[in-house]
Amino acid sequence: MTAQTLARPAVRRRGGDLAERLGPLGIAALAVVALITVAALCAPLITSHDPAVGSVLERYQGPSAEHLLGTDQSGRDLLARLLYGARTSLLGAAVVVLLAGTGGALLALVAAWFGRYVDALVGRVLDLLFAFPNLLLAILAVAVFGTGLGQATVALAVAYVPYTARVLRSVALRERRLAYVQAAELQGLSGLVVSVRHILPNIAPQILTGAAINFGYAMIDLAALSFLGLGVQPPTADWGLMVSQGKDSLLQGHPEQSVLAGVCIVVAVAAFSVIGERLGGRKAGGRA
Amino acid sequence: MNATAENVIEISGLCKRFDVGRGGSRRTVHALDDVSLTVADGSCLAVVGESGSGKTTLARVLVGLESADSGDVVLAGRPVARRPRRAERRARARDIQMVFQDPNGSLNRRRTVEAAIGEVLAVHHRVTGAEARRRIEELLGQVGLRPAHARALPGELSGGQQQRVAIARALAAEPRVIVLDEAVAALDVSVQAQVLNLLAEIRRDRRLTYLFITHDLSVVRQVSEEVVVMRQGRIVERGSTDQVLDHPRHPYTVLLRDSAPRPGWRPRLSGDADVREVEA
Repeated sequence: MTAQTLARPAVRRRGGDLAERLGPLGIAALAVVALITVAALCAPLITSHDPAVGSVLERYQGPSAEHLLGTDQSGRDLLARLLYGARTSLLGAAVVVLLAGTGGALLALVAAWFGRYVDALVGRVLDLLFAFPNLLLAILAVAVFGTGLGQATVALAVAYVPYTARVLRSVALRERRLAYVQAAELQGLSGLVVSVRHILPNIAPQILTGAAINFGYAMIDLAALSFLGLGVQPPTADWGLMVSQGKDSLLQGHPEQSVLAGVCIVVAVAAFSVIGERLGGRKAGGRA
Repeated sequence: MNATAENVIEISGLCKRFDVGRGGSRRTVHALDDVSLTVADGSCLAVVGESGSGKTTLARVLVGLESADSGDVVLAGRPVARRPRRAERRARARDIQMVFQDPNGSLNRRRTVEAAIGEVLAVHHRVTGAEARRRIEELLGQVGLRPAHARALPGELSGGQQQRVAIARALAAEPRVIVLDEAVAALDVSVQAQVLNLLAEIRRDRRLTYLFITHDLSVVRQVSEEVVVMRQGRIVERGSTDQVLDHPRHPYTVLLRDSAPRPGWRPRLSGDADVREVEA
């Protein structure tokens, strides 16, 4: 064995691994996510309309060269609202997933490192959080701290922590018992160093998988909160809010707004779920 | 310093209990039951016994991964704390290191060989950068690996190579004692022989002391001068390797020796009778 044969296969194996695990459907889902992200980032380049400004004279217009997808009840361009709405929807879900992932990993590492009473305590706190339905917890938080995207996001993140923490705890616990962790502990390294330097990188794949799956759920829940008027406030563009605001138009025979925003939510959520499941090496859905 | 007279490990009256099970089936297991032993500087003591005899617990208490309920340990002339804290463990690690059974699990699969050994160098000897790379190369050379292996991940190495890295990592701390907990048990026989020879060589070159924990009597003769036999947390026999293996005095040692599979070994149907004999 030479130096070359030693260093090479690892890199190639990892790259091949990812594509292989995602499969054709997973790669398609990845492309959809990439497309939505690019569209959200490049919204001003794609449309020249302001998503918050419309003219009552142009309400409920059908698709035209000026308004590719038509306008809503306030005469605002639907394409612009969808594109800018992707920003709020993606950003909100990303923050939820980031906070929940960080909180969950932290709790998992603490529980796994100290074990015994600390582990039991963390377990009971998670049980307590589990007992509340996500949305109810979020609605409670919004009732206390007020409405808005920020409040809704933080509230949902808290509601998601037990899901991530539960999975990560079991993985971290498995790593904790492995000899490499004990070899590091034996050198007198601190729990923080061993957890961050040794255990965290080894549970990172599970953190990522959980994040991808939760991303879809977070989008739905945030959309639901916005739909209920507890999340994003008008006139900000948001998919959940668009579904909600479109219900009056629905009765007047203009279903476009609700339907378009609804389709966007479904497609995005499905794409994230597929990626998460493929990364996790599972067929059936379920929260991570 | 008189090497023959000095004991690098002195253990007296060591006890360790574990509570296992829950509710009605809850019971106490005496993993270590009044264990006393000494290991002379530069020697190799084999600890043999079946699974659950307490030999791994002995190793873990010795290196500070587990705290003893009672008893005293004197390591390299210094008494060590019964419930080691982090700083104490770090100081102890410079005297005693451990090589674990599972070669695959004893290395972090996401860190290179270089990082694994470098960490120990940095923690105990504050060696980093070019000096660390030079030391790592030297250590790899001592365990029969090439400098190119420094950049490999554990997954790219064979079981024997992984265990060599684990040995190099233990050597990096420049300890006086290395505890080898079933260190060759997971390797196949030819690799086992290579690693055992390597261990013997290193011990000679560095004047190290080994505590060699194994369930496998066939490797004992290859590595150690002395043997202790453990059963249910107690030491039942101690003596020179030849004496214990060829002329065992305790019936349990006889049973242990006779139950080890050898070429031409045939399972005996009346095997249960032997156990009862020993219990009585």
